[in-house]
Amino acid sequence: MVTQTEIKKMLENGTSQVPHGEVYIVEERCKGCGLCIAFCPKHVLVQSDRINEKGYHPPELVEVPPTDICIGCGMCERICPDFAIFVKTDKDKEKKRD
Amino acid sequence: MPIHKAEHHPLDAYLRTERLPHVWCPGCGLGIALGAYLRALQNVGFDPQETVMVSGIGCSGRAAGYVKMDSFHTTHGRAIPFAVGLKAARPELNVTVFSGDGDLFSIGGNHILHAARRNVNITVLAINNYVYGMTGGQLAPTTPESSITTTSPYGNIESPFNIAGLMAVAGASYVARWTTVHERRLQKSIEKALTKRGFSIVEIMSPCPTTFGRRNNMRGIVDSMMYYKKYSVIKEHPNPLDGVIKPGEKFIVGEFMDAPDEPTFEDKLEELKNKEFLKTSQADRTTWILEHRRHLETLAKIIGGEQ
Amino acid sequence: MSNEILEGEYFLSGDAAAAEGAVAAGCKVFAGYPITPSSEVAEKLARRLPQVGGVFIQMEDELGSIAAILGASWGGKKSMTATSGPGFSLMMENYGLGMMTETPTVIVNVQRGGPSTGLPTLLGQGEFMQAKFGSHGVFEAIALAPESPQECFDFTIKAFNLAEKYRQPVVVLMDESTGHLFEKVRIPPEDEIEIINRKKPKEVPYPPFMPDDDLIPPMPIVGEGHQIHATGLTHDEYGRPTITAEAQEKYVKRLVEKIRKHADEIMDYEEVMTDDADVIVVAYGITARSARRAIIQAREKGIKAGLIRLKVVWPFPDKILQKYADKKFVVAEVNQGQALIMVERAIRKSATFVGKMGGEPHRPEEILKGIEEAYNANS
Repeated sequence: MVTQTEIKKMLENGTSQVPHGEVYIVEERCKGCGLCIAFCPKHVLVQSDRINEKGYHPPELVEVPPTDICIGCGMCERICPDFAIFVKTDKDKEKKRD
Repeated sequence: MPIHKAEHHPLDAYLRTERLPHVWCPGCGLGIALGAYLRALQNVGFDPQETVMVSGIGCSGRAAGYVKMDSFHTTHGRAIPFAVGLKAARPELNVTVFSGDGDLFSIGGNHILHAARRNVNITVLAINNYVYGMTGGQLAPTTPESSITTTSPYGNIESPFNIAGLMAVAGASYVARWTTVHERRLQKSIEKALTKRGFSIVEIMSPCPTTFGRRNNMRGIVDSMMYYKKYSVIKEHPNPLDGVIKPGEKFIVGEFMDAPDEPTFEDKLEELKNKEFLKTSQADRTTWILEHRRHLETLAKIIGGEQ
Repeated sequence: MSNEILEGEYFLSGDAAAAEGAVAAGCKVFAGYPITPSSEVAEKLARRLPQVGGVFIQMEDELGSIAAILGASWGGKKSMTATSGPGFSLMMENYGLGMMTETPTVIVNVQRGGPSTGLPTLLGQGEFMQAKFGSHGVFEAIALAPESPQECFDFTIKAFNLAEKYRQPVVVLMDESTGHLFEKVRIPPEDEIEIINRKKPKEVPYPPFMPDDDLIPPMPIVGEGHQIHATGLTHDEYGRPTITAEAQEKYVKRLVEKIRKHADEIMDYEEVMTDDADVIVVAYGITARSARRAIIQAREKGIKAGLIRLKVVWPFPDKILQKYADKKFVVAEVNQGQALIMVERAIRKSATFVGKMGGEPHRPEEILKGIEEAYNANS
């Protein structure tokens, strides 16, 4: 998750990068409520057809556009009521802002 | 395309993971509120060993069973006095009461007023989902007028409590209201409440899609959350008396009260044990007590919008 | 001297003696709500507890009072409340929480006449059964009934010891007459007073409901890294809610068995002139004092009467009564037959009952009449 201080620093230094996030899920905790999907500002997630062991449809990543659009904002993590989904940011995969 | 699978969640250190998934319905706001609390706890750096959660009965009451710390799931309405007794015994502990609107303001209504009046140094996270969820969706003291519940099938004819106003008037030191949509602000507010000396309460508006949403035109899980996004208005220093929630109208979220630090109940109980205090004259004791009194008249000015 | 544990002989009311007993037992938190005729217990402790480093809280009601003392107990402090009938009724739910979560604490109930507000300033003994069956569900109660201010002191200490030993709430079933009676009370030197403290777990974290062989679990307290979870729901040894018939069978059975197994150690009674008695009077609390006189009056009239005085009323001493099952029995109490049910159940036959509605203790002559009636009845 990118902190606000980090964002501020990037803006000040003119080195703003688009952060890259990787989404993770503890799948058996997911209840398929869809809040992560609805609240993701980059629309990275969709409901999958698969079912987990409790019979719910966990989210998956959209195929198109490409998967590297997650910016690691952590919204899905904070809005998930089930302690299932979370993101990690990957510094190496950050992109220069266009 | 599948998401990376993980075994552990970043908050797992604070959770009794063997109890997960929890009992709460899909889309229930309780998990979001609990997450915000645990992140707040992490940020303020409290030692989990010295931190206690006390809850009452209802869906919210089950929270105590999921946190990996000393935790008590008490009887309906009695979380606050249990916490008051625990703090009286062990004032150094960080005690949070995590409970619902019915538990805290209906069956336990008397206790919360007195805990605020005494300025007991605890934090109350009051999960307001407008309804008694665990028992199937009955009327709560917070249910908006005209809402349909299983015990108000023709629409609620009662006026709900304005929790912010009630708590401010009772003498709470910190009063805030957020919704589960405002998870980041909610977390910051909980951090403030945890570190506030004195009685602090954060009202957390939280969806119950299962027993409230579906009877009140919020059919989907996401609809229930979007209701809070649509109807909440963030305000700087709102007047607690403006915390009234009217059906179909916007309601205020924000910090209703952030009073200056004043001596807590525990501070005074400690002084009472002081041998010097007991030995001195009653005139001196009176002086000490009056010097350490709470300035509710100042709080009244804050409530009056003069802060 | 006056700031610490008292020692010596004092002229105290039963209420004040119970308060001093609490101080001597090491009570450090009292939470209560004023109610006649128990208020003097609170008043005394409001003054005394701060002097011994304790905390007195006047709560907003009795529901809060008992919740607070359960919280304090998990905080590792000995705690107590004092109340009377209406307040005792309000406390019943969390009396059960104390049972379910195996929380040591003491409830002093200075009984007055009822039902409802009844006789706030006058005697009743109507909560004999309530102490055992007043909270819903299944549990075994421990309750003691003092007959004098001295016993109010002694039994309050004993109540703390039993609560700590067996890890559950213990009731001191006083009555208005004993509570308001002033007599000499001897407070022995500290080293003569037996104090029992709860068993501490030997490891951290320790499951809060994992019993030893004696069926009593050591008690972890808050803040020591045990990650305690305690709930009023049926739970396993770790405190995890387990809502099944099997879990109920296992857990509640142990709650019951931990008392039944030790019932002989807990039971306490006094026998007065029972050796040669043809008629046995069973009484407790203030009524036992009238019965003491009545058995002498009976003997003066040539009826060999004796008294079994219940000092511990719960667990009920079936065994001792059964020993005299071939004798004639009289039960005297200030209600319409509560201990009577237990006595008749134990001896498997009828007893003569000398009850009162409440308001004043028995005159010895009333009990004497019962003795004569029992003696003359065909057996």
